[in-house]
Amino acid sequence: MSTPTVSHVEGAIGQSPKRIEDDRFIRGKGNYVDDVQLPGMLFMSIYRSPFAHATINSIDTSRAMAMPGVLACITGKDLEAHGLAWMPTLAGDTQAVLATDKVRFQGQEVVAIIAKTQPQAEDALEGIDVDYDPLPVIIDPKHAMDADAPVVRTDLEGKTDNHIFTWESGDADATDRAFEGADIVISLDTLYPRIHPAPMETCGCVSDYNTATGKMTVHLTSQAPHAHRTLFALVAGLPEHKIRIISPDVGGGFGNKVPIYPGYVVATAASLLIGKPVKWIESRSENLISTGFARDYHMSGELAATKDGKMLGLRATVLADHGAFNAQAAPSKWPAGFFNIATGSYDMPAAYCKVDAVYTNKAPGGVAYRCSFRVTEAAYLIERLVDNLAHKTGIDAAELRKMNFIQPEQFPYKSPMGWEYDSGDYDKAMDIALELVDYKALRKEQAEKRERGEVMGIGFSSFTEIVGAGMSKICDIAGLAMIDSAELRIHPTGKGVLKLGVQSQGQGHETTFAQIVANELGIPSTDIVVEHGDTDHTPYGLGTYASRSTPTGGAATAIVARKLREKGRQIAAHMLECAPDDLEFDSGTFTVKGSPDRTKTIQECIFKAYQSELPEGMENGFEDVTYYDAPEMTYPFGTYICVVDIDKGTGAVTVRKFVAVDDCGTRINPMIVDGQIHGGLTQGFGTAMMELISFDEDGNCFGSNFMDYLIPTAVESPHWTLGECVTPSPHHPIGAKGIGESPTVGSPQAIVNAVVDALTPYGITNIDMPLSSHKVWKALRDAGVADE
Amino acid sequence: MLPSSFEYVAPTSVDEAVQALATGGGDAKIMAGGQSLLPMMKLRLASPSLIVDINNIAGLDTLEESDGMLRIGALVRHGELERSELIRDRYPIILDAAQHIADPLIRNRGTFCGSVAHGDPAGDWATVATALGAELHAVGPNGAVVHSAADFQTSMFETKLGADQILVEARIPMPKPGQGSAYKKIERKVGDYAAAAVGVSIVLDGTTITEASIGLTNVGPLTIHAAAAAASLIGKSIDDAEAIEQAGVLAAAASDPVSDLRGPADYKRDLVRVLTKRALRTAGTRAQGKEA
Amino acid sequence: MSGKMAITTTVNGEEHEVLVEPRMLLVNMIRESLHETGTHIGCDTSSCGACTVLLDGRPVKSCTILAVQANGREITTVEGLETADGLHPVQEGFKEEHGLQCGYCTPGMMMTSVALLAENPDPSEDDIRKAISGNLCRCTGYVNIVKAVQYAAKKQQGVTA
Ligand SMILES: Cc1cc2nc3c(=O)[nH]c(=O)nc-3n(C[C@H](O)[C@H](O)[C@H](O)COP(=O)(O)OP(=O)(O)OC[C@H]3O[C@@H](n4cnc5c(N)ncnc54)[C@H](O)[C@@H]3O)c2cc1C
Ligand code: FES
Ligand code: FES
Repeated sequence: MSTPTVSHVEGAIGQSPKRIEDDRFIRGKGNYVDDVQLPGMLFMSIYRSPFAHATINSIDTSRAMAMPGVLACITGKDLEAHGLAWMPTLAGDTQAVLATDKVRFQGQEVVAIIAKTQPQAEDALEGIDVDYDPLPVIIDPKHAMDADAPVVRTDLEGKTDNHIFTWESGDADATDRAFEGADIVISLDTLYPRIHPAPMETCGCVSDYNTATGKMTVHLTSQAPHAHRTLFALVAGLPEHKIRIISPDVGGGFGNKVPIYPGYVVATAASLLIGKPVKWIESRSENLISTGFARDYHMSGELAATKDGKMLGLRATVLADHGAFNAQAAPSKWPAGFFNIATGSYDMPAAYCKVDAVYTNKAPGGVAYRCSFRVTEAAYLIERLVDNLAHKTGIDAAELRKMNFIQPEQFPYKSPMGWEYDSGDYDKAMDIALELVDYKALRKEQAEKRERGEVMGIGFSSFTEIVGAGMSKICDIAGLAMIDSAELRIHPTGKGVLKLGVQSQGQGHETTFAQIVANELGIPSTDIVVEHGDTDHTPYGLGTYASRSTPTGGAATAIVARKLREKGRQIAAHMLECAPDDLEFDSGTFTVKGSPDRTKTIQECIFKAYQSELPEGMENGFEDVTYYDAPEMTYPFGTYICVVDIDKGTGAVTVRKFVAVDDCGTRINPMIVDGQIHGGLTQGFGTAMMELISFDEDGNCFGSNFMDYLIPTAVESPHWTLGECVTPSPHHPIGAKGIGESPTVGSPQAIVNAVVDALTPYGITNIDMPLSSHKVWKALRDAGVADE
Repeated sequence: MLPSSFEYVAPTSVDEAVQALATGGGDAKIMAGGQSLLPMMKLRLASPSLIVDINNIAGLDTLEESDGMLRIGALVRHGELERSELIRDRYPIILDAAQHIADPLIRNRGTFCGSVAHGDPAGDWATVATALGAELHAVGPNGAVVHSAADFQTSMFETKLGADQILVEARIPMPKPGQGSAYKKIERKVGDYAAAAVGVSIVLDGTTITEASIGLTNVGPLTIHAAAAAASLIGKSIDDAEAIEQAGVLAAAASDPVSDLRGPADYKRDLVRVLTKRALRTAGTRAQGKEA
Repeated sequence: MSGKMAITTTVNGEEHEVLVEPRMLLVNMIRESLHETGTHIGCDTSSCGACTVLLDGRPVKSCTILAVQANGREITTVEGLETADGLHPVQEGFKEEHGLQCGYCTPGMMMTSVALLAENPDPSEDDIRKAISGNLCRCTGYVNIVKAVQYAAKKQQGVTA
């Protein structure tokens, strides 16, 4: 069953109908978790540790308990009695729900206060007295494995160091040999800094235990409601059929809303114990200081090449800082995610990587921020190395890439670290980008400006992503196969409902998934209502992150619609008294081949499905469900070109122009694809230019509110110029690859490359992100460049 | 994040407000735009027991020239300065600063006088007031008091304004012939305080600088009046690159920044040098009646 | 008084009498007392603009104003944009130009845009970017928000011309 002919269906794939969901959002009628107001609802606040590492001697909540409206102060000890003081993380570690023995990072959850009103819950924070004994801290991961480093996880039996895992991929020996034969080796030590997804809506929940039915309903800011239901069952010991997770409208996720957080668990436990709904909404500081950060990869990369620029091999070693608990989000078998995609778009014979992860006294995490599990770090490393190779060899950065690209005829391409790329045409994306940006003119302008002492740079990124996990034989989270699902039910009059296991946080699923159905069944997309985010009413799925919704849920949707189309075909054949194979299908109408006047519309077939006299053995109704297990990952790619100007006086970097050519295979709704790219590029810009969570030597966290954690406004953000390239995925039912993350994965290095390109004449080969003016200023002054 | 509890009054005259302040003891706070005070109260960095809201007092929104002075009343918001034709035509340094204070929404509430009264060395208006030689007119239980902007701030978040006084108006001398001014600010993004900013005002006779004053933002515990840098310019030509560089160097020497997330101290000091030069050049162009 | 105070405020054209604690923020009054939850909260440092409403016609951050300060004033929230004549051109623009994704920043962003157009009916891209720079959006990258405002500007001019 393949994609049908669609000559005239309203809202079919490739069209850009306006978004269905917008009708409520533009009226202020979205329904986010904080909008949930239930009768009798109580409020929770969390007292957090001011120390990065300290023993807890005692906790005294008596002053808080005496404050107006306070009903309960819950400590780790209280949770311990219910076996809830610790919870499993997605990475198979454990994490303290409320600290019992000691605190391990600044901002760690210590006491939860339940009060009648939100102000009362906040006031009572001042009434918590904890007696701490501060401990030495380990902040710099490079010293985490020193013999005298304080051990963060004394709770783990027999643990005497801060090591979490070592993971290797590729062929070390073959890579060594490749390096031996190389004329040039480019080396780069770089930190992909700790950043935060920071969706505009923070995390939170309203847990509502019904004492009469024993049912726990949790309104949750969740990117993966079904997986969260299962985890709640495992963590809290509640029977899974008595848990309902409702993830209403989600105000952005970007990976931040994949993990389970202590606040959810305590609020749920509190509702269970008190028998009333409990609301917990994180403040922005709490969001930034304690929930899933991203990246924090200290990378050393080496790229071997011949003197003419032919790449021979890649070697990468990484030190990963996971914070106090290993709470990163990645499939179980992939402790460093898909970092071994690091050879990117280039055909090279050998590659090897090794990742060591350590504990430090920082917030736990390592979430895949708009990223398919460490692809972002990998793509950054290779693209930075490639630009530096260009500078070293004197070969033009575009030319060098083209010399080394995997060629279209090499697909499916087996990468040296083991992935099988589905399809690609890297030269094409590059050519479109070069033309859009008018590359020749830019290099000419740059040469002229250099003559005049002005500082301008051009940077490239020709990334390849790996998305759509996908592939249950290699991908599970907490033992759950990374499948996804779609349930389609069309009512007698031809209008129906599609229920999904994936969960939108702004991606527009209510529109695009209806378009997939429209395409397959030939009915207008507006005749389909899409439902998601309520585990009582949707089929199981692993949720939306890692650009997996279209590759998995989208595939499931196409397949379930195809199953129903086949049912329609059987019914049509029955009504037209012909063989099913004698029918052609176009735009919702079955026609007997060679007899254009003998037709049945899909709507007629659907109505028939609810009537008597169906084909022999066929059941009534027009509905089905599909669980899709992707046979392979998909590999979106693209070329980005960035042009920067640098102010020699202040070090300020201005991104003057940015061209992005993305290839995500089939584009379901081009308007939404472009919107995803704009957003992802802007996040990548933030990463490159200003976002950072840092710590002082005592473990005090900087970047814990929006005055310090900087997110670009419309003024700093560049005007993005997009180009398009379409190479369908051969194995995906509609050829789509997923777009959500490519722009965040691909863009930061284009900006850094542009800045390094600008500074190359001064002998500068690297500046780590974020590219704060003061770093660029320092590089310039160190190189003896005067201000004007 | 909510403030702790407090009592609230909204008097309708300055006298009532002064009385209300007195009843609150040292713990009462005036609220003008609330755009510095409320954020601090929400984070519980400030917990006044009484808020005296001056927003209902008529007559504090004066923005006009009279008797040789530009009068900016206590309720004149940053946004009004940004939109005012009078400011646009005659006070370019005020327009420069107004366009870069906080963000457009905050500018619709925050006030010039509130910012100056706040005593924050990161505040842009105190620098502008310093560069323009503003007088700050206050009223207290003992009547009217006038402070000069140049030495108004006494320490971080402290000014010469008594806790029982209300700043009712800032008065700025009207521009002289040949006067030009400019404000240059480096911020990491809209909504950020300055990594460093410099405000200058000069008077030219032909191309010769006859008067100069320079203020520096967020490069020390106080708003800095860079007097030596300004003095070095007197008698020099605005086209004398060496003199301009020298003023930049002296301004940088007057600064006393700390290293923080906005950058290391040596960076900020160099920014002062660079921005002083740029501000002087822009002010010079403006003084000569050219577009800039 | 730190006890509750009675205030009278007009929200979206309707007069309300509300009892508020002095420390209650305007945004909390709108969301919790009036149950209009279209105005959002995205930060605690007055940095994001998710809470933007019009106070006597000017866009302000309702998390940085006390509810008592709305006494005798007129507030407009996102819920007040649509009239019997239909959607406000700005609402239409946001939908037509895909100016929103998760929708969280959208009400605030639209309120700022409405005020911009009231003052400057034909803003340039630069004007729009500056005007919305107190409103953070994490999803859209702003390009389509600019287009949405331009759409609304055209539409409004068409109507008044
Ligand atoms: C996100 C954000 C970014 C900002 N960025 C900047 C920036 O870049 N540059 C900048 O300069 N400012 C910035 N500000 C601060 C803003 O400009 C404030 O408006 C200003 O600092 C204070 O003015 P206000 O009228 O809001 O004063 P309020 O907040 O009402 O008061 C501030 C203090 O001054 C006192 N006070 C106020 N008015 C008077 C008076 N008439 N008499 C006596 N005492 C008085 C108050 O009691 C209080 O102690 C920012 C604020 C925020 C929230
Ligand atoms: S909630 Fe962020 S500015 Fe008001
Ligand atoms: S649409 Fe999500 S924050 Fe703007």
